[in-house]
Amino acid sequence: MKKYSVFAVAREAMRHHSGWPRAWRDAQPKRRYDVIIVGAGGHGLATAYYLGKNFGVTNVAVLEKGWLGGGNTGRNTTIIRSNYLQDPSAAIYEKSRSLYETLSQDLNYNVMFSPRGVIMLAQTEHEVRGYKRTAHANALQGVSTEFIGPERVKQLVPIINLDGPRYPVLGGLWQARGGTARHDAVAWGYARACSDMGMDIIQKCEVTGVRQTGGKVTGVSTTRGDIDCDKLGLVVAGHSGQLAGMAGFRLPIESVALQALVSEPIKPCMDVVVMANTVHGYMSQSDKGEMVIGGGTDGYNNYTQRGSFHHIEETVRALVETFPMISRLKMLRQWGGIVDVTGDRSPILSKTPVEGIFINAGWGTGGFKAIPGSGWGFAELMAKGHSPLTQAFGLERFAEGRFIDESVAAGVAH
Amino acid sequence: MLILTCPCCHVTAEETEFHAGGEAHLTRIGPGGSEGEFESYLFMRQNPKGVHLERWRHVYGCGKWFHLARDTATLHVYGAYSAQTTAPPDHIRTAIKDRHPDWRWQGEVNQ
Ligand SMILES: Cc1cc2nc3c(=O)[nH]c(=O)nc-3n(C[C@H](O)[C@H](O)[C@H](O)COP(=O)(O)OP(=O)(O)OC[C@H]3O[C@@H](n4cnc5c(N)ncnc54)[C@H](O)[C@@H]3O)c2cc1C
Ligand SMILES: [Zn+2]
Repeated sequence: MKKYSVFAVAREAMRHHSGWPRAWRDAQPKRRYDVIIVGAGGHGLATAYYLGKNFGVTNVAVLEKGWLGGGNTGRNTTIIRSNYLQDPSAAIYEKSRSLYETLSQDLNYNVMFSPRGVIMLAQTEHEVRGYKRTAHANALQGVSTEFIGPERVKQLVPIINLDGPRYPVLGGLWQARGGTARHDAVAWGYARACSDMGMDIIQKCEVTGVRQTGGKVTGVSTTRGDIDCDKLGLVVAGHSGQLAGMAGFRLPIESVALQALVSEPIKPCMDVVVMANTVHGYMSQSDKGEMVIGGGTDGYNNYTQRGSFHHIEETVRALVETFPMISRLKMLRQWGGIVDVTGDRSPILSKTPVEGIFINAGWGTGGFKAIPGSGWGFAELMAKGHSPLTQAFGLERFAEGRFIDESVAAGVAH
Repeated sequence: MLILTCPCCHVTAEETEFHAGGEAHLTRIGPGGSEGEFESYLFMRQNPKGVHLERWRHVYGCGKWFHLARDTATLHVYGAYSAQTTAPPDHIRTAIKDRHPDWRWQGEVNQ
């Protein structure tokens, strides 16, 4: 792998950028791998990367039915924060956020991590109490957050309207080291590093069946033939139920559409990320100047990557009240992704009823921020059979009633 | 945007008038159920990419619950039917099989 550096840029500038090699090999499937990961989204690729980096497991294939990062990883609004309420969540999300701080250096790939700060607005008395509670919990967890009053919110976000008629801004939960990153770059950077370790990233290769003997996995069937493996990681977000079905078990997951939209680019006007969970709207400004807006999920099961228009309408209507200046903005693009939502709004990183099969799913509306931490913990789980980071996120928690309830805390969990 | 017809009051309206209530035909587990049964009833879902039998409520209309057969891969609606039943009626099954000849309701045998 050629190292990316300022010298490389200078050298290539001299020769019309003719010398950049492919960032990752276009691999053909082999007959057998030690580990197969299904799904080349951020979580699948990060898992492969840390399997190699932390555990020396490099005979690995990542199988992707479409293209690299074409699932939710390339469709999300890239908010990164770790101010969750429950201890297991704070641990894995903060691990993730801290890995993001140095990810560009680790991968030698600019993922454009921008720790510009994230505010979660408190717009009802209930939210004020809720976020104060989260701030106290975060203090105990060692996650740096603070509850701020409306004046401070206004200082940080000059374009905000504090006294909207329906939802006044009463304060906010502020995480100064939260922010955003470039979503595609996260997938591409991990893919490049995995490929460099000798792993095969195989696109346009859909897994159509899971083969097992005597309760133990032996391999997968794909649109490009059968491939054997010792261990199988299912990391397919919205399609988790389908893959689990192939392997013969069910999941506490439902797949629904979540949408986002961007405006025409405008001059810089908001340099933090603002989330308004009561009204299911959140917004940040991209480096290109577009306002990036996300909303709430649809209520019904859906695999079409298309959501209902009225959700966008509701989100924008609420945001216009809080940010009056966006009322004149034209919206350029709108899209949807299929997110995997669990009963307690927390992910599942777990062994499964089939020996050798592991699942990493249920990140729902908020898993982009978790990509490095989830890959770190899930790789450990797959390599060693247990991981302190993933321990609380096992499938058995639903039978045991030991939930990691983030739905009450966050409402929406982006 | 889904357009649904309520089988109770026969009004046809946009989805904003309705509320989705998740998978239909779950067996309710009561006191004495095992942990596994409760887990299955409360959390485990089919979540199919394809035909989904589900509960809806006509919240901003007659207020009644009903069942709907819908395709999650295409958003096609096969039809709505009464909530007072534990299995999809024949006309719904026929509508589904017109498009998916291999589809079977739980335990239904090939004819
Ligand atoms: C509109 C939107 C906004 C969001 N905003 C945020 C946000 O601001 N912050 C945040 O933290 N999170 C956000 N999220 C959530 C986040 O995008 C996801 O949690 C995260 O990207 C999931 O990553 P993944 O790798 O698990 O899944 P994906 O990126 O979806 O990857 C799964 C891959 O599996 C592949 N696959 C599926 N079936 C098969 C098969 N049979 N064979 C082979 N491959 C298969 C898919 O093609 C896909 O590429 C948002 C999501 C959406 C949709
Ligand atoms: Zn009705």
